[in-house]
Amino acid sequence: MTSRSKLSLAMLIAAGTLSLNSGIANAAEVTFVSGKGGKELELFKGMVKSWEDETGHTAKIIPMPKSSTDQFGQYRLWLAAGNADVDVYQTDVIWAPQLAEQFIDLAPHTKDIVGDHFPSIIESQTVDGKLVALPIYTDAPALYYRKDLLEKYQQDVPSTWEQMTEVAQSIQDQERAAGNKDIWGFVWQGNAYEGLTCDALEWVKSFGGGQIVEANGDISINNPKAISALNLAKSWVGSISPEGVLSYQEEDARGVWQTGNAVFMRNWPYAYALGNSDDSAVKDKFAVVPLPSGGDHGVSAATLGGWNVAVSKYSKHPDAAISFARFLASKEIQKLRALEFSRLPTLVSLYSDSDIEKQQPIISQWEDVFLQAVPRPSAPTRVKYNEVSSKFFSAVHNTLSGNGSAEENLELLEYELNELKGSSW
Amino acid sequence: MDTSLSLSKPNTKLKSVSSLRQQKLRAAMWFLAPMVTVLFCVAGWPLLRSIYFSFTDTSLTDLYGGQWVGFKNYLTWTTLSSGRTIFSGTLADPTWWNAVWNTIKFSVVSVSIETILGLMVALVLNQEFKGRGLVRAAILIPWAIPTIVSAKMWGWMLNDQFGIINHMLMALGLIDSNVAWTSNIDTAMFSVLVVDVWKTTPFMALLCLAGLQMIPRDIYEAAKIDGIHPVRVFFHVTLPLVRPALMVAVIFRMLDALRVFDLIYILTPNSKATKTMSVVSRENLIEFDKFAYGSAQSTLLFAIIAIFVCLYIWLGKLNLNGDTQR
Amino acid sequence: MIKRQLNSVAFYLLVISIVVVAVFPFYYSVITSFKTGTDLFSVDYFPKHFDLRNYRDVLNNDNFLRSILNSVFIASTTVVCALFLAVTASYALARVRFKGRGLLLMTILAVSMFPQIAVLAGLFEMVRFLGIYNSPWAMILSYTIFTLPFTVWVLTTFMRDLPVEIEEAAIVDGATPWVIITQVFLPLLWPALVTTGLLAFIGAWNEFLFALTFTASETMRTVPVAIAMLSGASDHEIPWGTIMAASVVVTVPLIILVLIFQRKIVAGLTAGGVKG
Repeated sequence: MTSRSKLSLAMLIAAGTLSLNSGIANAAEVTFVSGKGGKELELFKGMVKSWEDETGHTAKIIPMPKSSTDQFGQYRLWLAAGNADVDVYQTDVIWAPQLAEQFIDLAPHTKDIVGDHFPSIIESQTVDGKLVALPIYTDAPALYYRKDLLEKYQQDVPSTWEQMTEVAQSIQDQERAAGNKDIWGFVWQGNAYEGLTCDALEWVKSFGGGQIVEANGDISINNPKAISALNLAKSWVGSISPEGVLSYQEEDARGVWQTGNAVFMRNWPYAYALGNSDDSAVKDKFAVVPLPSGGDHGVSAATLGGWNVAVSKYSKHPDAAISFARFLASKEIQKLRALEFSRLPTLVSLYSDSDIEKQQPIISQWEDVFLQAVPRPSAPTRVKYNEVSSKFFSAVHNTLSGNGSAEENLELLEYELNELKGSSW
Repeated sequence: MDTSLSLSKPNTKLKSVSSLRQQKLRAAMWFLAPMVTVLFCVAGWPLLRSIYFSFTDTSLTDLYGGQWVGFKNYLTWTTLSSGRTIFSGTLADPTWWNAVWNTIKFSVVSVSIETILGLMVALVLNQEFKGRGLVRAAILIPWAIPTIVSAKMWGWMLNDQFGIINHMLMALGLIDSNVAWTSNIDTAMFSVLVVDVWKTTPFMALLCLAGLQMIPRDIYEAAKIDGIHPVRVFFHVTLPLVRPALMVAVIFRMLDALRVFDLIYILTPNSKATKTMSVVSRENLIEFDKFAYGSAQSTLLFAIIAIFVCLYIWLGKLNLNGDTQR
Repeated sequence: MIKRQLNSVAFYLLVISIVVVAVFPFYYSVITSFKTGTDLFSVDYFPKHFDLRNYRDVLNNDNFLRSILNSVFIASTTVVCALFLAVTASYALARVRFKGRGLLLMTILAVSMFPQIAVLAGLFEMVRFLGIYNSPWAMILSYTIFTLPFTVWVLTTFMRDLPVEIEEAAIVDGATPWVIITQVFLPLLWPALVTTGLLAFIGAWNEFLFALTFTASETMRTVPVAIAMLSGASDHEIPWGTIMAASVVVTVPLIILVLIFQRKIVAGLTAGGVKG
């Protein structure tokens, strides 16, 4: 190519870019970070197309590490540095109070749609009257059980933790006697991490032991009901649960479960679809029920999970970003997510949607569970939530691993939380 | 005339020597300038910022709004009306001291084992045998694998249910039930040590081997002829000669071990038994709303490492200046 | 005679056990990389499955290939920059007497021991200030914090031991310090350069924390970050098979490098690095 033809080519390209730019008036590129990956990411790329066509903007996604703790650290650093390269963040339900200052108030921009969501979820994302993030799906755990094994030994589905313990123990013993040496009664998440805060909050709350820090900021964790809840959980370790449960996160528990080596499992709805995949040893052999209740309290508790989208206040094109956030929370997208991945929608109307009822029966079944779900104390403890949670799961982990009794550890925890709280949270 | 000539001659020579020296010094400054600038940008300035933050109440969400608070993040005390004095700050924080002991335990144990094993491997590799090149390459594999990958790999192998380590030990009859290596408080540190030793022994071995290969072969020949027992040869000949190489290797490893982060962060992120100073300080800096407090901890970590290095150099009489070396 | 044979058998057993311990985890990850689905959760000592799906997934992923290119570019540029800065600086440190030389060497050592986590925030400010955030230069700059002190140290000790006569001869010929470095010392230094270069390369190739913090788009990621980001089909799923396949893909080039240069590594360390 001669230098002249090169030059004319360059001019042509320049002209082309120019005309393209002028063609779409305010075309902006919206960058979205999310910890979601795999199939969900692929589907997402397809979904976004319709938004791009409609608005003329483009969307770019940055996948992030799986661990929600890792994501949080990263986002906090980016926001602290006023990173203008990321417009929309996918946020965990517990982050709102901690990152509130760095996000745009979405309330004025979502007046028309806020009413369609469950009020409790909107409330969890509202800090001092400011809507920090818009919910895109919610989450609440379930008790998974092996239909085949319960039938085989003629056991009923347990409704209290005590019953569950008995059933698990008896089936485990009989199965082992029958030669199934690797079977365990119950697997859950016992690693010292945010997941243990969720698990332990469920035990304590279902025993009527409060929710660590109450909505008014009072520290309630040191009480006899919480102690008996932790003592029951401690009795599982090494008997119906492997010792290693103390290092389990969701995937480790699912690994044991899906190879057919557990009678019960506490996990999020995501494991439902995977458990029914073709190479799963428990395919069509299991079902889910709400988590058991504890003692004579009679009320079950599930920790509220779920994800939201928030718009950075450092975004260079906030309008496009808000439009994108609204799109991600919209009915059609939530429905798609529900159908494909059994994600629980945050829109009331979708729970009576016939398609969803047909394809993902678990979802309509789950409406009550998440409506009664217990929030972690992120709202009352505000920016100190991560530290509160870390102290709580450490105290629980210490108790479970035999490092001090439940009484001692909760007493110490109460003292530490009071220190942390100071005069107010 | 004559005298002045003879006087001026050495004078000009002196002048040219000193101008040569001047030129060399000037060149040295120019050579050092870029390196010093870069190091100042990537290390000096960030360090100064960290130290500054540690004396303020800066939070991560507002990096420039911090107020000077003196030593509050390090140590402060208030006397209650009852006369009881309450101490607070990092230096009165039991989690910090726990992290300090964990770090020291980790560093001392891992570096000692690595040194001994490294020396052993180096002694083996120093022999002539078939396939030595291959073996030498093979032992470098652990060291070449990215830390995050090896941490995940070992986490997988140490898994209590589907981990191959438990499977192996069970088959050998060494344990009778699965051990949860990384979650059990008693074995968490052990797991971390195993992975670290596996990963860094090759580096140690390489440095030791380099030291061994500097020892002239005839010393061994002479010892052999004199009929000295190999163990005696090792302690009286090999060890003293390889000591300088060993010292440098140990100091580099020790510095690495004292600030260990990624391995523990991935393998046993929240175990009280393995949390080191770096892990705790990161937790405060980023995850908790205690940026200044975390800065104080990282400043302390720096100070502890610096003190350690000074002690080590002083005790080991390690020659850093090299003036007497020539 | 029997005793000698026994000895050599014992010796080879020792060699074999060293090799097995060193290589086994890597071998195990290779086996794992051939497994998919529920097979992953079963323990096998020998490869049973030869499913190349994980490799296909990894190698068909444009972003992963892109991250390999990024890593190659970043690691080699880091090495070149570090070696260039270190060669000149270590000449000054080893060959010129000036006030504060010991102090400067100590300071450089001090830099090499500063915990990454503590400079992270300040470095982040610096990177944004220089406008190189989310570009390879952010990594290249920040990696000098651990590559430069090491290279300077090793090269200084190495250069200190080169005979004075060579330099004096060059000076008599009227050579400037720059000429002395490039024409006289460089040819002698090269074993040390290979060693330190390779060490710096591996350090830069494997670094995670800075790379994670200073990149904000998928196309700028380095290999360790890309591996950490490899995601399973659903939320909590960890794609062990793909992670292992990716790990094998990125570790093999390093192993080949080590195989090629292992003689030089040892020679370089013998010559300079370990004399203290």
